[in-house]
Amino acid sequence: MGSSMTKMLSIGCLCAAAALLAGCPKKATTVEPPAAGTQVPGSSTAAGRAGSTTMTPLGGDAGAMGAGAQGAGASGALARNVIYFDFDKSDIKPEYADVISAHARNLTSHPNLKLKLEGNTDERGTREYNIGLGERRAQAVRRALMFQGVAQSQLTTVSFGAERPAVEGDDESAWAKNRRVDMVYTP
Amino acid sequence: MNKAPCSIAVLGLLLFCSRSWGEFVVEVTRGQDDAIPIAVVPFSPQEADAGTFDVAQVVADDLARSGRFKAMDRKDMIEEPHNGAGIAFDDWRRLGNDYILVGLMLSQGGDRYNIIFELFNVLNRQRLLGYQISANRTGMRLASHQIADMVFDKILGIRGAFATRIAYISVIGSLPNKTYRLVVADADGENPHIVMQSNEPLMSPAWSPDGQTLAYVSFEDRLPSVYVQVLKTGERRRVSARAGVNQAPAWSPDGKKLALTLSTRDGNLDVYVLDLGTQALTRITDDPGIDTEPQWSKDGQNLYFTSDRAGGPQIYRVGIEPGDHPRRLTFQGNYNARPRLSSDESELAFVTQEDGAYRIALMDLKGRGEMQVLTKGRFDVSPSFAPNGAMIIYASRDRGRGVLALVSVDGRVQERLVASEGEVQEPAWSPF
Repeated sequence: MGSSMTKMLSIGCLCAAAALLAGCPKKATTVEPPAAGTQVPGSSTAAGRAGSTTMTPLGGDAGAMGAGAQGAGASGALARNVIYFDFDKSDIKPEYADVISAHARNLTSHPNLKLKLEGNTDERGTREYNIGLGERRAQAVRRALMFQGVAQSQLTTVSFGAERPAVEGDDESAWAKNRRVDMVYTP
Repeated sequence: MNKAPCSIAVLGLLLFCSRSWGEFVVEVTRGQDDAIPIAVVPFSPQEADAGTFDVAQVVADDLARSGRFKAMDRKDMIEEPHNGAGIAFDDWRRLGNDYILVGLMLSQGGDRYNIIFELFNVLNRQRLLGYQISANRTGMRLASHQIADMVFDKILGIRGAFATRIAYISVIGSLPNKTYRLVVADADGENPHIVMQSNEPLMSPAWSPDGQTLAYVSFEDRLPSVYVQVLKTGERRRVSARAGVNQAPAWSPDGKKLALTLSTRDGNLDVYVLDLGTQALTRITDDPGIDTEPQWSKDGQNLYFTSDRAGGPQIYRVGIEPGDHPRRLTFQGNYNARPRLSSDESELAFVTQEDGAYRIALMDLKGRGEMQVLTKGRFDVSPSFAPNGAMIIYASRDRGRGVLALVSVDGRVQERLVASEGEVQEPAWSPF
């Protein structure tokens, strides 16, 4: 428990710092250990522990300089960590060239950094096909970073499809904010 | 009269170890004009306390919900017979009924009752059914659905599906603190039980052919994995957590394999078959497009799936033997996805795009492949056939909220199941 707690705190620091530097969405400041808050009624897990838990890192200035933007001097472009897409598209729009380049430089100059690319879609269409579209978007960002010299081993992708919207709502303004790839630095 | 089925023992099985929650309100949005009029007379309890469970009401609600029957309002009943001898047929005929169901509950001690019921044709006074069902208190609801099934079958010649169940995903709370639940309930939305709960998304519940186990996708590790979970025991097993995508599980008809969607390192989604016994993995499709949402043919030799290999998503069928080339099935419109088969494989339900909206469509597989759009919503997705093929349950939107809805395969009957809390999505109807 002690070591996992330490790990938790360090993840918390890192994420809090990343949030400060990168202005990342609120979502990224909630850190949970794998499977926290997961219950399987009737299983030993649920029987052994009452209720669900949600870990939230302490806010504030903890760990002012996290690994997320180590020594990169958090430029404007690096502070941006979401790429938005047009409907049913997975090509990266020219306006994101600076953002991709900034993260590529950060990753190539810090080979120990790892970046998770989380692909998302708006709610329209079927859920499983949207998983495919989200993956396609995450892969588009992955390829763009690799073209600029980022090592394959530094990048992972995951698609949440339409399951984890950034904002609620069923109009174009909400959808536009949900068709995205979140770039999340991981330990 | 038959020997064995005369008394159907209904075991009040406690299938899950979790509490009930929430409730659905059923709204019939469109009924059938020529629905059959039936009087379901309140069943008489022998003892006062048995009256706390209203078997006749559940039967009447089931029949009315099917859209094929019009159950007489109790307020209009002028008498309450409990067996054939007490029925004044002329009166019930004058009140406009074609059929009448009467019944009686006899205490067997403890919380167990014998429910004796009879169905009559009001016009010719013929007795169509006469049975008794023994049930304890927890089995009362199931017993009621079984009575409705027998009435439905006897009058329409179609096997009833009232005693089946639905699985669905419920999402409670608002961003960024959402709770995802995998829930199993009776087909009418009552008696819901939480099978699995997580702070990360749950997706794509799929029933095993024997109705004992669910496969589903869970993001509890912040990555997708496919799990199978036995409902009775809660025992669950992670069967696929490969690098990349692990999605869209579908059971083979023999229950021994799962079709599922996996990805290569460069993110190409294809359909695979996983043997649950040997763990052997067979790749079925190999195309740079998105291939996903597989569904087995009845004989276990073919898979229906969604692919955007030709541009937009369309539905294809491919044999599971190596070397078979997928055949495209849908050509109308630029978005047709997530196929589901009726149990006799005569019809294919799927999501189609029409005027910018997503709706449930039905295609005739036996005839000329004609396509019919059944629903009128903007966000109608995730169709699933009732095991008797008469109705399709799907996910819809009502006043900005995710709800479940039903439509008959002829489009004439439509209704909504509005949950008391949260968003409800991805319904999957159990087998018989």
